[in-house]
Amino acid sequence: MKRFLIPLGIFVVLAGFLFAGLKLNPREVPSPLIGKPAPDFKLALLSDPAKQLSPADLRGKVWLFNVWASWCASCRQEHDLLLDLSRHGVVLIYGMDYKDQPGDAQAVLDRFGNPYVETVVDPDGRAGINYGVYGVPETYLIDKNGIIRYKHTGPLTGEVLEKKILPLVKELQQ
Amino acid sequence: MRLWMIVLALCLPFAAMAGEAKPMAKDPVLEQRMIALSENLRCLVCQNESLAGSHAELAEDLRQEIREQLHAGKTNEQVIEYLTERYGDFVLYKPPVKPITWLLWFGPFALLIGAMGGLYSYIKRRGNRLVDEPLSEEEKKRVAALIGNNGNKS
Repeated sequence: MKRFLIPLGIFVVLAGFLFAGLKLNPREVPSPLIGKPAPDFKLALLSDPAKQLSPADLRGKVWLFNVWASWCASCRQEHDLLLDLSRHGVVLIYGMDYKDQPGDAQAVLDRFGNPYVETVVDPDGRAGINYGVYGVPETYLIDKNGIIRYKHTGPLTGEVLEKKILPLVKELQQ
Repeated sequence: MRLWMIVLALCLPFAAMAGEAKPMAKDPVLEQRMIALSENLRCLVCQNESLAGSHAELAEDLRQEIREQLHAGKTNEQVIEYLTERYGDFVLYKPPVKPITWLLWFGPFALLIGAMGGLYSYIKRRGNRLVDEPLSEEEKKRVAALIGNNGNKS
């Protein structure tokens, strides 16, 4: 009897690890930028290319930084959530149009609505690299001191918003 | 006419190759360094491909970034630091040895030593249980008969 217990035990442990592994998302790479200052940029606005915006201009505010593009299909998935969020005015949302044609991006906002206070344009993806962007959409939560507090890779979901982002926003806004 | 067409057809692959070739960086030594470096870095878009082998757009951007940084005189270590600051240790195919990766680095050896210990004690116990038991006279006769029979058959 005992000789069967050991292989059975090993099997159960291994199966447990593999089962837990099934639920992990390999695309969810922990960002080393959390707890660090948001990388600087000075980029033109989508609404007015003559004007520029930099994270330093948003000191003293808690804001969501959402990296998106008109060619990004899964960005459309989270669009309604972002619109909802901006309508309720819970948190300021700034966008970054990543490696895109400004005309296409503006067309998306005109057609589906604009949740962003402003959108900056990163045509060559340079600012994106500084933020460790590897798959749009990506969303960063930045606090009053310009520190990145949270990062979500992939389209936002109601669950992530309610369980992770909104409680953190409330805490940071105090 | 026909021969001419065959010659033309044979030339086609070369034309195709020429079309695909990417513009080489001005400095071939630098390009070599860039490739050597990016072979040990993970492309985050297609995670099982290296930065050198990936056709993902981000990989191309990052290769260009590495190229420019090397051109600006940065060392390999500085470029790797630049990337890990942004993308984390995950971009490294060879993760650094630190407390959180100890299990990864030393786990297999611990497992090997454990298994060898287990095997050793098993063999030892088994050896103790085996007792030499010489064949009895009757058994010897049966063996002789069996071998003898086989010998006759073949």
